[in-house]
Amino acid sequence: MNTDLILDIITAVCLITGALMSLAAGIGLLRFPDLLSRMHAATKPQVFGLLLLLTGLGLQLGSWAAVPLLLIAWLFQLLTVPASAHMVGRAGYRTKHLRREILSVDDLDAVVEAAAEEEPEAEITAGDAAAESAAAEPGPAEADAAASAAGPVRKDQDNSGTRKD
Amino acid sequence: MEVLSVAQIIVSAVLALAAVLALVRLARGPSLLDRLLAIDVLLAVVCAGLIVDMAAGRHMNNLTLVVAICLIGFIGSVAVARFVTDGRPREH
Repeated sequence: MNTDLILDIITAVCLITGALMSLAAGIGLLRFPDLLSRMHAATKPQVFGLLLLLTGLGLQLGSWAAVPLLLIAWLFQLLTVPASAHMVGRAGYRTKHLRREILSVDDLDAVVEAAAEEEPEAEITAGDAAAESAAAEPGPAEADAAASAAGPVRKDQDNSGTRKD
Repeated sequence: MEVLSVAQIIVSAVLALAAVLALVRLARGPSLLDRLLAIDVLLAVVCAGLIVDMAAGRHMNNLTLVVAICLIGFIGSVAVARFVTDGRPREH
């Protein structure tokens, strides 16, 4: 009798906390400024919220036979959520769905720079005009200079550094 | 039992609010990837609703559905993310 009440209370706390994770994700989706920070909010209910909800369900079912099934449900989510979040983040980085001015560290800067330096050799075979503007691609100041020198061509080369691999 | 039915009402309200917020982002989202995130959150809310229903009724009829929704959501978001990556025209 008393243990039932305690189990009910623990279950209720787990369920409500798990639901609040979803609410936090909704608020984060609405309030955060760009794709990467929205991703940070959106992946909370999918792993931790689900863990809390399944814990509540397991407590309420009260049989050990149900635990492996709940564990499988959570493990599937634990395996798939990072993979899909990685894919979404990669697609977002490559198609430039991020705001550079609010980014404190970009770990891919060095890689992108290296790829942009290799780029002209590949571009020479493609054409002289393309190589000229690809060489001016790395910095924003140089890109502005290139924009005045060879305006229409520079736009085509804008993403070549990040899309190289 | 009373505790649990009160909790179910609170959880339903919270999940409904979360779903509405995700739907607003889904309608407003400037890019396809924002909408993809909103759909992921919506799927998580649906999963949460199914689990809460199971916990309140003390049955496990929906558990396979929860696992299936997780897997389908994964396949969907990976496919859309690939589409976004490859959907832009190659520029050289």
